[in-house]
Amino acid sequence: MATTQIASAASQRLLLPETGRAGFGDALRSEFTKIKSTRSTYWTLLALVVVCVGIGALACAGTASHPQGVSPTNFDATQQSLAGLYVGQLVIAVLGALTITSEYSTGMIRTTLSVQPRRGVVFAAKAVVFAVVTLVIGLITSFGSFFVGQAILSSHHLSATLGEPNVLRAVIGGALFLTACGMLAYGLGAVLRHTAAAISATIGLLFVLTVLVQFLPQSWQDNVDKWMPAIAGSQIWTTKATGGPHLFSAWPGFAVLAGYAAVAIIAGLVCFRTRDA
Amino acid sequence: MIEARGLTKRFGDKLAVDQLSFTVEPGRITGFLGPNGAGKTTTMRLILGLDRPTRGSVTVHGKEFTKLAYPMHEIGALLDAKAVHGGRSAYNHLLCLAQTNGIPRRRVGEVLDLVGLTDVAKKRSKGFSLGMGQRLGIAAALLGDPAILMFDEPVNGLDPEGILWIRNLMKALAGEGRTIFVSSHLMSEMENTADHLLVIGRGRLIADCSVAEFIKRNSVQSVRVRTPKPDILAELIVAAGGTTVPGVGGALVAQGLPVHQIGDLAFENGIRLHELAPAQASLEEAFMELTADSVEFHAHAPGQQDSAQAGSTDRMHPTGVA
Repeated sequence: MATTQIASAASQRLLLPETGRAGFGDALRSEFTKIKSTRSTYWTLLALVVVCVGIGALACAGTASHPQGVSPTNFDATQQSLAGLYVGQLVIAVLGALTITSEYSTGMIRTTLSVQPRRGVVFAAKAVVFAVVTLVIGLITSFGSFFVGQAILSSHHLSATLGEPNVLRAVIGGALFLTACGMLAYGLGAVLRHTAAAISATIGLLFVLTVLVQFLPQSWQDNVDKWMPAIAGSQIWTTKATGGPHLFSAWPGFAVLAGYAAVAIIAGLVCFRTRDA
Repeated sequence: MIEARGLTKRFGDKLAVDQLSFTVEPGRITGFLGPNGAGKTTTMRLILGLDRPTRGSVTVHGKEFTKLAYPMHEIGALLDAKAVHGGRSAYNHLLCLAQTNGIPRRRVGEVLDLVGLTDVAKKRSKGFSLGMGQRLGIAAALLGDPAILMFDEPVNGLDPEGILWIRNLMKALAGEGRTIFVSSHLMSEMENTADHLLVIGRGRLIADCSVAEFIKRNSVQSVRVRTPKPDILAELIVAAGGTTVPGVGGALVAQGLPVHQIGDLAFENGIRLHELAPAQASLEEAFMELTADSVEFHAHAPGQQDSAQAGSTDRMHPTGVA
């Protein structure tokens, strides 16, 4: 193969800006290209939408088939239609973890950091791109689940509308909840650098802990379970305090989940910046 | 220009790189040689900031790599052709790298063309052969049109056509005034491509000189002689201060005496010569000689005791006949 002309040094200099430096905006564009150029992104996000809307629809259909047992004062039609988020949090955890662990499992991280060695920039750009993509798909998921669920419930006059108190906050909150769960997985992924380990740790924190606290004595449970990340964070996609009066309300509950995610992300950033790649 | 000063990297209790100081000068091909495990890859990772030095420093164009405004413009590296996400197409792989340094999209097409991957640009790279993966890695290194190119064992596992391609590419890049820093554990490869050599063993710098100087300094000049009376000539050579060993096919290999003196000895003593030829030890032999003590993993025949200090017996060179 002929390799006569690599590009003359003088003319190529024009390719690059005279001033400035490779920065955050460049990293954002790069990370967006990365996330949209792998199939796993599409499969995971498709799974997220299908699973959440599907489970929400099933839950609503179940209620609709036995409407006589439902007390309209206690029934949270919005939460019922968003029930798929219980599984959706695990799906988005997979994508959050993969966003960073796939760089390690493939070895791509060495290439990534040898073109942009400022690691904080890389870590932040990945986080922002993943968060924005998750929030957008999360909103589609959340609103999709809500409208499908309410359509099923409407035949029995159990449905809610976006205009009712707390409903819009809960539906948007569903997307925020997914984003926070994904960010938790992203942070843990940066700490653990291993896909299976990061997914297991996230599921452990979100799901297994939630189940385990059910086995505590009731008096302990009331003090412990409200601090569990998934239980606390889920309050943002409820419109009524159906889980009990001892739980946090919507925003404080979400702040607890966001706190877990923030700790994971800070730990991830520290690991990402200081460890040899 | 790459400058290392007292560069040291310790992994646990193992010193992978030990007090390395060297300068990779611009505009030529510098070969970075050493046996497997000598610390070549670690040194390159330190240059790129992938590993942090335990002590010492290394700079690219006078700056720490992480402080370079546009790193891809200064140095393009191929450390590991498999360091790509296999699920991404060649085009998208290069695009996401180009974007980090504000390199325009059209440059991606140019480098794909340059390495001959245009036809498979939209294919996912996990299906690529080793040679194609290597080309993709080189395309990535060339994206920023860098002044320095750094390749770690670029010909490893390639077929002869691929090796020739890389060799010619490196020469073309050097011909454009670029700095090439290329590692290898194969002396023969460097003999063909490099202008200058940095030789390391067990993390330490063993030699820093031109290829010609390296051979001159490290290889023993020997003379191959064929004669009907090898025993008599051998005695004369030893008496004159040289040494001899039996060569292939009844030849005699003499060391320590120049060619003309051996010819004179034979003439003066009436010994008929059928061949008298100077033999230059190859770079490969010089390299083996030099690094014999610093090879990390010696192969031993079954039953042989592992004696780390047995450097001289590990060498295949026969020592002189008395």
